[in-house]
Amino acid sequence: MSSPPTAPHRPGRLGTGDRLFLTAVIGIPVLALLVLVWLPALASVALSFTSWDGIDLGDIHWTGLDNYHQILTNYPPFWPAVRHNVIWLLFTALLPTPFGIFLAYQLDKKIRFTRIYQTAIFLPMVLSLAVVGFIWEIIYNPDTGLLNSVLGTAGAGHPVDWLGDPDLNLWAVLVASGWRHTGYIMILYLAGLKGFDPALKEAAALDGANGRQTFLRVVFQALKPVNIIILVVTVMESLRAFDIVYVLGGGVGSKPGMELLSLLITDNIIGESGHIGYGSALAVVLLLVSLAAIGTFLVQTFRKEEQ
Amino acid sequence: MTQQSRTSPAARGPGRRTVVGSMLGVGAAALAAPVLTACGGGPGSDPKTVTFGSNGADATPKSAYAALTSAFSKDSGLKVKTNTVDHDTFQKSITSYLQGTPDDVFTWFAGYRMRHFAKKRLCSPIDDVWETIGGGFSEATKQLCRGEDGKYYFVPLYNYPWAVFYRRSLFRERGYQVPRKWDEFVALAKRMKRDGLSPIASGYGGGDSWSVLGAFDYLNLRANGYDFHMRLMHGQVSWTDRRAARVLDLWRELTPYYQSGAGGRSWQDAAQSLLDKKSGMAVIGLFVGQQITDEKIRDDIDFFPFPEIDAAHGQDAVEAPTDGFMLSRRPRNADGARKFLEFLGSARAERQYMGVDPSNLAVHEKADTSSYNALQKKSARLIASARHISQFADRDSDPGFVATVLLPGLTQWLGHPDDGAGTLKRIESQRARFFTV
Repeated sequence: MSSPPTAPHRPGRLGTGDRLFLTAVIGIPVLALLVLVWLPALASVALSFTSWDGIDLGDIHWTGLDNYHQILTNYPPFWPAVRHNVIWLLFTALLPTPFGIFLAYQLDKKIRFTRIYQTAIFLPMVLSLAVVGFIWEIIYNPDTGLLNSVLGTAGAGHPVDWLGDPDLNLWAVLVASGWRHTGYIMILYLAGLKGFDPALKEAAALDGANGRQTFLRVVFQALKPVNIIILVVTVMESLRAFDIVYVLGGGVGSKPGMELLSLLITDNIIGESGHIGYGSALAVVLLLVSLAAIGTFLVQTFRKEEQ
Repeated sequence: MTQQSRTSPAARGPGRRTVVGSMLGVGAAALAAPVLTACGGGPGSDPKTVTFGSNGADATPKSAYAALTSAFSKDSGLKVKTNTVDHDTFQKSITSYLQGTPDDVFTWFAGYRMRHFAKKRLCSPIDDVWETIGGGFSEATKQLCRGEDGKYYFVPLYNYPWAVFYRRSLFRERGYQVPRKWDEFVALAKRMKRDGLSPIASGYGGGDSWSVLGAFDYLNLRANGYDFHMRLMHGQVSWTDRRAARVLDLWRELTPYYQSGAGGRSWQDAAQSLLDKKSGMAVIGLFVGQQITDEKIRDDIDFFPFPEIDAAHGQDAVEAPTDGFMLSRRPRNADGARKFLEFLGSARAERQYMGVDPSNLAVHEKADTSSYNALQKKSARLIASARHISQFADRDSDPGFVATVLLPGLTQWLGHPDDGAGTLKRIESQRARFFTV
């Protein structure tokens, strides 16, 4: 902003009021960030080396690496949880995400009722999670559920136990999660497609590219920033997956077959007998995994960009 | 944003500042809000109001507690402000609730679970309240209400037995006999299955996995006795002990007769299948009565005590969890709260409560039992005849151990009841984390 010629100050110098204002504008968010994000994060890391029941500060005992040792060697749900997180990531990245992109590409074409389709597909994202949980509970219910009724297994006395069977329930929840994720990805990609220069598509058509080639070689390449966002969103959503599993598991923590790292953390921290140190150690493990995944990806992306 | 960019350049600077400034103000207020509410909760609040934290969120207990509080208000002139929280959520958040600014009086459970908070000094001793109400309770009940230091911390309201419930008319139609011994019980289940019924109603889906503990407790109590059960629950015996393995072996005889699809069903739906005569029996508490909407069915519901497994223990133990009230660490209205607790420990309060919720039994010895229905009378006799009264696995043990170790282990095993030794080994591996072995 240029100052008017009659201004008493030389351009480039700030008055006291401006300085105060800037200090406040930068200082308060930084303070909030420190107090609300960094302090708890560092406290968690520190607590992960202790044993504490979360009640009396005097009861914090230093235990060194014992929590980590226990988690890695003597915590039955830990490795299943890691495996489930990986399955979650692969499933989400391979099915709902490409499907969301596919839908966005189709809906971007000038078809009739496209707004209605967009709204319908995005709707799961708008619904509150409690409602989403409720909907899927009704679908998966063994006695009166939609799926068991359609399959004809409800009346026969041998319903498929979608949410109860430890071999099935993770996939049942993944379908519910994918249902939400598809709409989210579709909207993100659609936003990217709206800003896409149609001249590029015309040029591709003139060069004789078919629809698939146009998408893969031209559109997809040109929308690289959106692709990065989508990948980061997918990885993050998969690693921090919690809410829908928690709701469909009845809100009491991890259940056999549906263990996730995030749920193991709350298992140990929330509840009557808190194991804050143990839960913090699990949280640190999750933090490291997330940092590694996102960090590797971002470094690689930006390195390519520089070249 | 589009609106703002259309305003004149002169107005832009201060305009943006005002906007940002006010946003900062809101942000700062939001940051300060928790501190402010924390200050507001200090002692010396309204002396005419007692706050009451209730976990009775279902319709029946909610209106029963409402009847209690309004009766107290009429008596004392004190207002009771009830803060009702969903039963499971209340339990999940209890530790932080008690450390924050809890209500003066709150609902809780007797036994190990109450002692835990007494030991952590998150509740107040109420010996003075017991001087007034002590005459109304048996010695066994008093024991349940004392902490490890011998002081009273708990005012009991009601208890209810766990047993095997069934519909009398179904047993009559099909000619079933009430089993007394384990073999008869398994044989009856087998016969029910042949008759096309789900022999044992079962629903431990979602947040209801606790419901499997009734069968587990009774199997252990009957096969290994009360003392072993308590030692196992208190973490004093290894879970790989052969006696614990025997419990799973016995349970395996029964699992083929469990209603299928149980891992995704709520206990309410399981109870409904019993009421609908689709299931033959259910190992459940008297609270199953809260599911009944047709009063004719209530008269048709009956129960028998869990069958005998070892003659040395017979049917001498009854699982009868006791619910009641505690006083928080720093009540805002200490005098009012004590008056409220004295009222809650009176025979009159019991009558008020049971008048609305007939699925429980008054603990007070002088409580009016004339309005009891047949099932309540039978329940009261069952409890009175017991040599040992257990609370429930998640009340007799560390609730964290039960919720995060025992229940996942048992429900997973119930899905594929073969590798019992592996299940017990996994449970045992976590014991040292919850109990000082």
